[in-house]
Amino acid sequence: MEKRLKVIEKDDVVIRFSGDSGDGMQLTGTLFSTTSALFGNDISTFPDYPSEIRAPQGTVGGVSGFQVHIGHKQVNTPGDYADVLVAMNPAAVRANARYLAKGSTIIYDSDSFTEKQILRAGYKSDPFIEDKLDGMHLIAAPITTLVKEALKNSELDPKSILRTKNMFALGMVYWLFDSKLKYTEDFIEDKFGKKPLMAEANSKVLRAGYYYAETIQAIAPSYSVSPANIEKGIYRNINGNQATAWGLLAAAEKAGLKLFIGSYPITPATGILEEMALRKDLGAKSLQAEDEIAGICSAIGASFAGSLAVTSTSGPGFALKSEALNLAVMTELPLVVINVQRGGPSTGLPTKTEQADLWQALYGRNGESPVVVMAAGTPSDCFYYAFRAAKIALEYMTPVVLLTDSYLANGSEPWRIPSMSDMPSIKVPWAEKTDMEYLPYDRDPVKHSRKWAVPGMEGLEHRVGGLEKTVRGSVSYTPENHEYMVKIRDEKVEAVAADVPDLKVIGTKTGDLLVIGWGSSHGHVVTAVTELQEEGYNVSAVNFNYIRPLPKNTAQVFDGFKKLVVCELNLGQFANYLRIKHQKYTYHQYNKVQGLPFTAREIKDYCIKMLEEK
Amino acid sequence: MAETTTHENHYVAKDFKSDQEVRWCPGCGDHGILASLQKALAELDIPKEKYVFVSGIGCSSRLPYYMNTYGFHGIHGRAAPIATGIKIANPDLMVWMMTGDGDALAIGGNHFIHAIRRNIDIKIILFNNEIYGLTKGQYSPTSKKGLVTKTSPYGTIEESFKIGELTIGASGRFFARTVDYNLQLSNEVYKQAALFNGTAMVEVIQNCVIFNDGAHDLITNKETRDDNTLVLRHGEPMIFGKNRDKGLILENLKLKVIKFGENGYTEKDVLVHDAHEPNPGIHYRLAGMHLPDYPVSLGVIRSIKDHTYDEAMRDQHVKVQEASKIKSVDELLRSGATWKK
Repeated sequence: MEKRLKVIEKDDVVIRFSGDSGDGMQLTGTLFSTTSALFGNDISTFPDYPSEIRAPQGTVGGVSGFQVHIGHKQVNTPGDYADVLVAMNPAAVRANARYLAKGSTIIYDSDSFTEKQILRAGYKSDPFIEDKLDGMHLIAAPITTLVKEALKNSELDPKSILRTKNMFALGMVYWLFDSKLKYTEDFIEDKFGKKPLMAEANSKVLRAGYYYAETIQAIAPSYSVSPANIEKGIYRNINGNQATAWGLLAAAEKAGLKLFIGSYPITPATGILEEMALRKDLGAKSLQAEDEIAGICSAIGASFAGSLAVTSTSGPGFALKSEALNLAVMTELPLVVINVQRGGPSTGLPTKTEQADLWQALYGRNGESPVVVMAAGTPSDCFYYAFRAAKIALEYMTPVVLLTDSYLANGSEPWRIPSMSDMPSIKVPWAEKTDMEYLPYDRDPVKHSRKWAVPGMEGLEHRVGGLEKTVRGSVSYTPENHEYMVKIRDEKVEAVAADVPDLKVIGTKTGDLLVIGWGSSHGHVVTAVTELQEEGYNVSAVNFNYIRPLPKNTAQVFDGFKKLVVCELNLGQFANYLRIKHQKYTYHQYNKVQGLPFTAREIKDYCIKMLEEK
Repeated sequence: MAETTTHENHYVAKDFKSDQEVRWCPGCGDHGILASLQKALAELDIPKEKYVFVSGIGCSSRLPYYMNTYGFHGIHGRAAPIATGIKIANPDLMVWMMTGDGDALAIGGNHFIHAIRRNIDIKIILFNNEIYGLTKGQYSPTSKKGLVTKTSPYGTIEESFKIGELTIGASGRFFARTVDYNLQLSNEVYKQAALFNGTAMVEVIQNCVIFNDGAHDLITNKETRDDNTLVLRHGEPMIFGKNRDKGLILENLKLKVIKFGENGYTEKDVLVHDAHEPNPGIHYRLAGMHLPDYPVSLGVIRSIKDHTYDEAMRDQHVKVQEASKIKSVDELLRSGATWKK
């Protein structure tokens, strides 16, 4: 039996795995996250990686990181600062030095701290002294040497042997957290089932790391985070892209429709198309189109033919789709467009996160072009908002843009699996053959949605298209008709407000300050405000998931506060949108555009500053 | 492919006319295309509600409004992906795509080659008038080099696309060519395109009376057309000419025009058209023939059976569904690593 000399009981701990892209850090982080989740911790993860597949080795630009926050209580963010850093080389230390908590533990591969590697990382001398990290718990492990030693009798080639280094590091972290190795061992067996040498080597190195950590325990504290007390049910880990895809599949099943996705690969949205391509078992039809435009146009075609049609993309692809999105606006066909936002403009920061496509979604098209705009708040939330986006698109016969982002797409969290019987029904407004002529643009008096007749339905033949039409579907350039159609399309999108849930205030309904977030700001805003409340500040928070139309109680909520501050990862797009929609308030802004999510700390600091300015 | 014999409909051409006023210029070749299409469909006996006419932008792309079927007037260049989405969503439909030389080959060039490459079961009718009509007379990707237009006042300096070569180069399985005013040949070609299972690409040589009148004069006027065109029919010899005294032979790997009775050539030397030959070599040459050395080929030049995209997708779905344990979203959500709290 192992003896633990010093165990730190904590409510939550943040661990960051960091190394060269290609060192297997994403896998290591994912395995640790799942193991923690299976143990019962709440978790939130944040992969942070370069856009190059194999960036120059040993450089700060090539560092790939995976941060996971595990908690005994509810965890809303991947954490601001790491308590434990696993650094496979000096560049990983350099890249992460400023994201470390006080007194954190750094486990590093001392074999990689050669003079050459230290210089490559941009250090002149001792990295830990240069970055003032010498007060941390430093655990120098000669991982390369130990891995070679552990596998000295293996028949594997030297390159493959070195590729198991990540498992050694993972083994050490497992010891540090007193975790079980079983899930990872099962995973290794499953993954390398056909390569027994690789399976054996990875398992062996994983255990070698674990026992090595035990042997050297005297120099480090180990952590204990008890299982979280969360709602009963069946749970799984899910990331935002997977949740988005599954939410759409759920909506198709609920609506009794076939799902069609037409997309073009683009970071960080590709995972949605990949997931759909797998789901032929559920009848999902996926087309990897020749370009972004073909992606959305094929989806519009599929929608015309009666499918729940989807296209997924990121900012640059969304720009290419804008003309076709207007075709869906004009033809009033149901369509879900997912924009997994990344840093822009142009190619920008393909693998980093940002919320700067809000205006593009709201306004980035010619003519008066109303669409419903929504934004998911957490990785698992993507399931519900994708479902809701599809429900609104179908019931109102309108395109819906769902904004997620790189942070949500790649981040994961435990998710209490819903039952399909608990999901709301979706009522598709099918046209039926009657004695009356079918009028393609005849509308429901309340929703203003038109009836959906699809090819194959006898007697309902009609034409739609991008030209302005009369209610009968005939082309019309009549001034009054155009104005009427422009207004009714707008009113239709505004009518969706009837189905938008009220904003929920986190905290009291009146107070000194309301912190406003939207979409993926959720976790950081909630964490910051909850902590401020615990510290006695009179602060509340709201997070918007419906952007157009806004929730009906928006003004009522705003009325309760002396000051409003909008936190978003752009230069103030939502704040300015609110200035148009609700003009009587003064909106303060807290913005960040670094390709990174907020930290709860910086939001807190800003709020405290605002509260002190009387 | 759409079913062809579900019930007897006994349509006449008029059944396919919509109530919309046809707005093409008087004398435009498009009128002929519309009429022969409507007649061809009436003879096919496919339920009217199964037709979808999809188009992009341009004069050609107004055609769906004039068909009393389901129709989708899309945006410039994008008819192919719209048609593709419709066909994938419901393979039981018969999807026609109406496009022009600008729509399909300039702004929609990418979609055009990919639709053909995939061999999805759609019928493409490309109205080739070698000009931009709706924007009032600019050169197109098929305009002959040197053509003087509003955007090429000193003559174009670009090589033009040859539609047949482009189609076959993109691994096209069906390529046919007809002429707008030739209702008989068009009827034949449209019906063969309709019954072909896969991407059927039909180039219609079409006259724009306003901006490029007479561009195809040598192959359309009564005096010269029989000497300047060769109508290809599967199994028939490649004979042409006003007096049917000319033919095509293959010599030194090249096509050659011969005249019967000259240099000892007779009818017996002439090639027999095999539209079903998978090797594209001869079809490529036939499709690419142009004046003055060769007649322009008309009719169904290439028609080979192959797997279609929509069939392959259906087959893959059946296979995956048979093998998968996941039959519902509830089962999907509970698959893989889960835990109970």
